[in-house]
Amino acid sequence: MRVVVLVKHVPELLSQRALGEDGRTVRTSDDSALNEVDENAVEAALQLAGSSEGEVIAVTLGPSIAVDALRRTLAMGASRAVHATGDAFAGGDVVATARALAAAVRHLDGEAPVDVVLTGLAALDGLGSVIPSLVAAELGWPQLTVVEELTLEGQTLVGRRELDGATERWRAATPAVVSVTDSANDPRLPKMKDLLAARAAEITVLTHTDLGLADEEVGAAGSRTRVVEAAQRPEHPGPEIVTDDDGEGGVLLARYLLDNDLVGGAR
Amino acid sequence: MTARQVLVVALGDVRGPVLEAVTLARTLGTPTVLSLQPLAEPDLHALGTAGVERALVAELGDARHAAAVAGRAVATAAEVTGAHRVLLPTSFVAKEVAAHAAWLLDAGLLLDVASLAEDGDTDQVVGGKRVFAGTWETRCAVTCPVAVATVRANAVVATPADRAASTAAEPLQVDATLPRGLELLEREVRPTAGRPALAEAATVVLGGRGTEGDFAAVEELADVLGAAVGTTRDCVDEGWQPHDAQVGQTGVTIAPRLYIGAGISGAPHHHGGMQASGTIVAVNVDPDAPLVQIADFAVIGDLQEILPAAAAAIREHLDQSRGS
Repeated sequence: MRVVVLVKHVPELLSQRALGEDGRTVRTSDDSALNEVDENAVEAALQLAGSSEGEVIAVTLGPSIAVDALRRTLAMGASRAVHATGDAFAGGDVVATARALAAAVRHLDGEAPVDVVLTGLAALDGLGSVIPSLVAAELGWPQLTVVEELTLEGQTLVGRRELDGATERWRAATPAVVSVTDSANDPRLPKMKDLLAARAAEITVLTHTDLGLADEEVGAAGSRTRVVEAAQRPEHPGPEIVTDDDGEGGVLLARYLLDNDLVGGAR
Repeated sequence: MTARQVLVVALGDVRGPVLEAVTLARTLGTPTVLSLQPLAEPDLHALGTAGVERALVAELGDARHAAAVAGRAVATAAEVTGAHRVLLPTSFVAKEVAAHAAWLLDAGLLLDVASLAEDGDTDQVVGGKRVFAGTWETRCAVTCPVAVATVRANAVVATPADRAASTAAEPLQVDATLPRGLELLEREVRPTAGRPALAEAATVVLGGRGTEGDFAAVEELADVLGAAVGTTRDCVDEGWQPHDAQVGQTGVTIAPRLYIGAGISGAPHHHGGMQASGTIVAVNVDPDAPLVQIADFAVIGDLQEILPAAAAAIREHLDQSRGS
């Protein structure tokens, strides 16, 4: 089974995340890393490929520093990494991003058929969760998304998901697009020697023209949305704290809710 | 100039989030509703009160649970009504459906917006939302003619229209063919214990590791407040609560009017899923817990004592105000 994992290099949750003058996410190599849930996608890909003597190819779209995310996937065991990069990609929204990622999948599919595209359920910076669906639409492939449990049955995939109060099990024939949650598996920790080897590993670099995309199809030019304003919100003034020393804490909580008209919000 | 047509999509029951989206849609133009399940008399009445004159019903059977099929229904409805603005109450499922609809309509896609307004100068629709765990406020414009947006629950207060309408429901024919090789093997709706859905509740009471697995006090306070119950990733991992009760960046994102977190330290993952909440209350033994630091009001102490005492005091207040 030939599996392509789409990963993203994102600012770490504990860093001071910010938007620049252009409304784009500020990224630095010190504060950014492989999107955490993407490790679950890499793990799922390795398990799928491992059970069928296949290949895992990691793909990212991003500036030059995003190569760090690819190196992490190689250390985990991906056999190859592809970095779609270049100024033309900058400022892309979800539509432009999905178009470029789908083009990368098609590019790899042209070399040898791709069976599965795997992703994490969300990038923890944008939290859009729509890239898997848009890539599936671009490719015309079925999707198994937000999957908590993924199994391979012959040439078909079965995924279980728990959303909006319902549990669903779907079956999809390959090729298919799959997104996994962070409870789908426990990602393996790379060994030091693999981390070191990944630092020196060769990475395939592709530009938008390599992917057969025109200037106006990618980045800000290929987007249908534009950030018109981005502002940091004022610092939180800090909490009003009471201590339940004398057993009055519950009553004080009730009074706070009642005084602030917060009781009775039920539908 | 005739009013702009706006499509509001009800993937499931006509409840609060749908009526909120209709309320928002009225500020943009004339709302039409697409429902993917039959509309009963109370649904039509609720939509009529919200000023909806026209409702389209696409009956797709189980195929409606496939995002590609539901997205096709949304795109078809947008074309039939001529709507250039399409609104869906947000959820993981709704975002997938919105993605497919946007792809079919060549539309711009805005996700989880709290506000939506037309910019008269540019003729573009602009959506506002908070990002990076609520620390930044952004506004994003759709630069092409058609916009699809998912709308956060509780961002808008649902109000009746100035003039109620009599909602006429009409069937919408949609191709319900599933994507190649895709098959729904099983779908089971889990019981809800009569509480509102987590993602759409105006009040949510959450228990974390500090509950040590005993959620009785959390549930007691939730029920007196008419609130949904939520939890954290580690409690799901412990098997204390189901996965879709998990609030956080990889679980449900919530922005209720009132958030009460008990025994929750507040890891960054959790913050990212709740920090746009209106009022944040923390109950914790540790005054240095991160959740206490971002709270508006915090009680330091044992949640198993504090929550039942608060529930009793509120119950007493409600009984008195009902009795008087």
